[in-house]
Amino acid sequence: MRPRLMAILAALVLLFLTGAGTASAAVVGAAPATGHHPAALTAAGDQSLKGTLRGPDGKPVSGVKITAEQKGQTVGSATSNAEGQWQIPLPGPGEFNLKLDVSTLPKGVQTRDKGGEVLEAVVVAPQQQRTVIFPLISTSQPQQAKPGAAPQSTSGPGQTGDQNQSGATAEGGEGVSLSRVLQLVVEGLKLGAIIAITAVGLSLIFGTTRLINFAHGELVTIGAVVAFWISTDPGNVPLVLAGVAALVVGGLLAGGLDLGLWRPMRRRGTGLIQMFIISIGLSLFLRYLILVLFSGRREKYAQYALQPAMQLGPITITPRDLIVTLASFAILVLVAVLLQRTRMGKAARAVADNKDLAEASGIDVDRVILSIWIIGGGLAALGGVFYGVTQGAVYWDMGFNLLLLMFAGVILGGLGSAYGAMVGSIIVGLVSQLSNLWFPPSLQNAWALLVLIIVLLVRPQGILGRAERAG
Amino acid sequence: MNFMDVLSNALRGAFGAEAAIYALAAVGLNLHFGFTGLLNFGHVGFMLVGAYGVAVSVSTWGLSLWVGLLIGIGCSIVLALILGIPTLRLRGDYLAIATIAGAEVLRYFYRSDWAAPITGGVYGLRQFANEFFALNPYSSNLELGPLLFSARNLWVMTVGWSLVVLTSLLVYLLVHSPWGRVLRAVREDELAARSLGKNVYAYKMQSLVLGGVIGGLAGALIAIATQSVNPDNFNPAVTFYLWAIMILGGASRILGPILGSIIFWFLATFLDSFLRNATASGLISPDVISGPDVGALRFVFVGLCLLLLMIYRPAGILGDPKELRLDVR
Amino acid sequence: MSDELSNDAVVESREEIVATDTEQHPSAGAERAAAALAGVAPEPGVAKPDAILVADDVSKSFGGVRAVRVDHLEVQRGTITALIGPNGAGKSTFFNLVSGFDKPDSGTWSFDGTDISGAPAYRIARRGMVRTFQLTKALMRLTVLENVMLGATEQRGERMLAAPLRWVWKGQEDDVEEKARALVERFRLSHMAHEFAGICSGGQRKLLEMARAMMVDPAMIMLDEPMAGVNPALVQSLLGHIQRLRDEGTTIVLVEHDMDVIMSISDWIVVFAEGAVIAEGRPDDIRTNEKVIEAYLGKRRALPTAQENDA
Repeated sequence: MRPRLMAILAALVLLFLTGAGTASAAVVGAAPATGHHPAALTAAGDQSLKGTLRGPDGKPVSGVKITAEQKGQTVGSATSNAEGQWQIPLPGPGEFNLKLDVSTLPKGVQTRDKGGEVLEAVVVAPQQQRTVIFPLISTSQPQQAKPGAAPQSTSGPGQTGDQNQSGATAEGGEGVSLSRVLQLVVEGLKLGAIIAITAVGLSLIFGTTRLINFAHGELVTIGAVVAFWISTDPGNVPLVLAGVAALVVGGLLAGGLDLGLWRPMRRRGTGLIQMFIISIGLSLFLRYLILVLFSGRREKYAQYALQPAMQLGPITITPRDLIVTLASFAILVLVAVLLQRTRMGKAARAVADNKDLAEASGIDVDRVILSIWIIGGGLAALGGVFYGVTQGAVYWDMGFNLLLLMFAGVILGGLGSAYGAMVGSIIVGLVSQLSNLWFPPSLQNAWALLVLIIVLLVRPQGILGRAERAG
Repeated sequence: MNFMDVLSNALRGAFGAEAAIYALAAVGLNLHFGFTGLLNFGHVGFMLVGAYGVAVSVSTWGLSLWVGLLIGIGCSIVLALILGIPTLRLRGDYLAIATIAGAEVLRYFYRSDWAAPITGGVYGLRQFANEFFALNPYSSNLELGPLLFSARNLWVMTVGWSLVVLTSLLVYLLVHSPWGRVLRAVREDELAARSLGKNVYAYKMQSLVLGGVIGGLAGALIAIATQSVNPDNFNPAVTFYLWAIMILGGASRILGPILGSIIFWFLATFLDSFLRNATASGLISPDVISGPDVGALRFVFVGLCLLLLMIYRPAGILGDPKELRLDVR
Repeated sequence: MSDELSNDAVVESREEIVATDTEQHPSAGAERAAAALAGVAPEPGVAKPDAILVADDVSKSFGGVRAVRVDHLEVQRGTITALIGPNGAGKSTFFNLVSGFDKPDSGTWSFDGTDISGAPAYRIARRGMVRTFQLTKALMRLTVLENVMLGATEQRGERMLAAPLRWVWKGQEDDVEEKARALVERFRLSHMAHEFAGICSGGQRKLLEMARAMMVDPAMIMLDEPMAGVNPALVQSLLGHIQRLRDEGTTIVLVEHDMDVIMSISDWIVVFAEGAVIAEGRPDDIRTNEKVIEAYLGKRRALPTAQENDA
């Protein structure tokens, strides 16, 4: 990375966290640095997809035609030149399918992977010149199965490469076949359980402090990013350990935020709306700080990235995803046990139920809230790692993409209830995945959010929430 | 490095078309939040439908731009009703989540394959505002010292700032009437207003529609000014910009959005221009800040701005410190 | 806190004369109420000669617990009727139900002969049945005068389309202001008229709420714990205001915990326990009622604290 910049930004964060009005002037003076045009006025810029084709002998391959498609329409094509280079200018950012015309490949050359002439859902960020590789081998070598974790759409969390890979079962029917339904149910449970892990903290924090923490998504991203940094060069720590480290970092960061920001705000008697807007500011601040530090690339965890899928009855799933899903559910059960059995958990529920009463009965409310922040932050960070692993991508606004789904889950289940958040999140996961049966995947989040709006309309207190008793 | 350049860029930013358009949208948001207390975090949704109303009418349906403008306004009204009917009975923070979700759903649908034949999908639409520029009374560029405005830009600015003034005047008249008194009462305490026989729901709806129409106008103006619409330009970040602008200037102040937008865009363009100039002239090493970072740092700035303002000066620049102490919510 | 006390003290000294006056001999209104209720038997659900509010089979449950189940209740016009009962007896919930602030599971009720069951709160208020809140709802960033002016009904300028056209509503606005000033004066808030309501003390807020409610010209006003959180020195003056409203013909229903207050000003008392009406009667009937004593026995400690939240 760029160490100097990181140091400066870290210092800024520290300054900011240790609070105090004295710091504010310095921070305002130093950090505001601004970019090109505002979001709404940015013209569709100069993005492109490019690459260099090299044959098995390492020499450039020329004359190969590559087309880029978006939503089934061809948006551009190019033919590799003498250096094997090709570049397709794109009309705008978005996701594209790239097709290499096999018939234009020279004799004796084939793609390394079966079906490797098609790269699906390649995401191009604004102003990005994205490099894409088509690995080529000699026809004398055997083709490999296509790796599972193809880059996926930003608007399609949880939809992993597994579906492409599962071949006949998943791709077979556009219609509603039982196996496809089952497959999507599994995908939905996987996504739902991950949302649930991240959302439990969001809901508990709301339950105890009435704060809707808009910056919760950034805890998710930070978890994924921290695990990525630790698990790649130069550390190359095993991903499992990196996940634990992310959990710790997320917990500490969230605890720090409570101590350095939210607790003083509560002491000052800051209004809820004010705190809500502060959390939005914090969310923007952290998210774009991550963008600066991590860059806009979509990265992959190097470990467990390539795994052959297993066939469990009609369902196809990689061992990685299976373990993540099972682990997610285990963690949810663990959280439930913690809430139900331990002193801390009981105290947390008491505070959520009636803060004043809890305080009067000798519960150290500030400590309970701090623990909830730490646990909630840790879980969000861990959820980020899980999300990054199953999605096959770690990127700077992944948490924000997940945030609205978390809100949907939390509200669906009933704001403030941990169990509600779990149930609601799983429903959101199922809805967004099962919508693929009938609707294009690019709309799967839209359906989940529509469910949120409908629930607000019909039963604002959520599925497990109770109607509040008036005065 | 050329400091005059940086300064003139910043001044152009402060009074340019973007500042006017964002001020206009913020006037609508101010009616929602500042005067009615509605936590609308989906304001960009109104801008989206306003912009597409114009673009689709002209590009897809071949209608006149002015008909398109009316359609855009109509769409804002419909959106306000659709968003408002389910959510205005809910607690404020639910409304916030519902509106941001609603605006996102809208963006997903506008960019989807389904809508592509009408909205152009992810590519959006282009070149539909020639009628507007045909009316441009300015024939030459304007030079004010180091400031240079193209004739085209001047025309957009004139219309933009005029709309800002007109809508602010309208909001002023509205807020200083018994209607406005009810609105402010709703902001302070809905139940109290209801206990005095006020149909709170209807007032909130009226506010949502009116502010939404102003937001829609701003969206239409963006579409016209840039001659293009693209769904992904109407992302949640725009709403956050607007909130920062409104709070910077002072929510529930008539001049708040205007002052907020001018200062915001001055700072934003100043820093942008300064950093680019500084990196280009070698004053700041590219190791520290490189090109793409400058764009991200703008949002870091917006976030910090929002956060620090809310902590230290929630009433904004024009806010009344007396009111500040009373803000218990 | 000290600020609040001194504010209340000022008001209190201004109010002294009114307060002592009403305490000594029953007012005309009290005598009128007593006469009207003379023949009414002290039993739950009894019919009143001239009932302004009639409720039937009103029930509401929260999470399986029946919070309110009132079979029949009538409130006599022109009286001060108090609702009492142990914490959680359902008084405030009943209040919320009939005033339209909460939806009952079942039940019908009528006001002044018109069925208003299930009507939205603002419609009920416009009909002349106005309520106040246990936790006062001063509109903080409106001035005291604006708070009161807001109460006026049928304001032309409150319609959005008329609002920008000043000449349409200016005349009416002047009348509204005049009336509001008179009320502000009556409730001894003149010196605060142009201050933000947010800086008023607890007692002043209670007064403000009453003034605001009176601006609606209500036939009945429902006070939810009007003495809660009020400096004890101000209690007498608030009672004076309440009695004066009754004497002028306004029906008053109030929820209160302070037994002394209730016994001294009520014309009629309705006792709630576990959501139901268990007794009704004049203060003297209630004092000796077996059921009431039973309901309060063992809960005696919970009874006299006015500050506690009645859930």
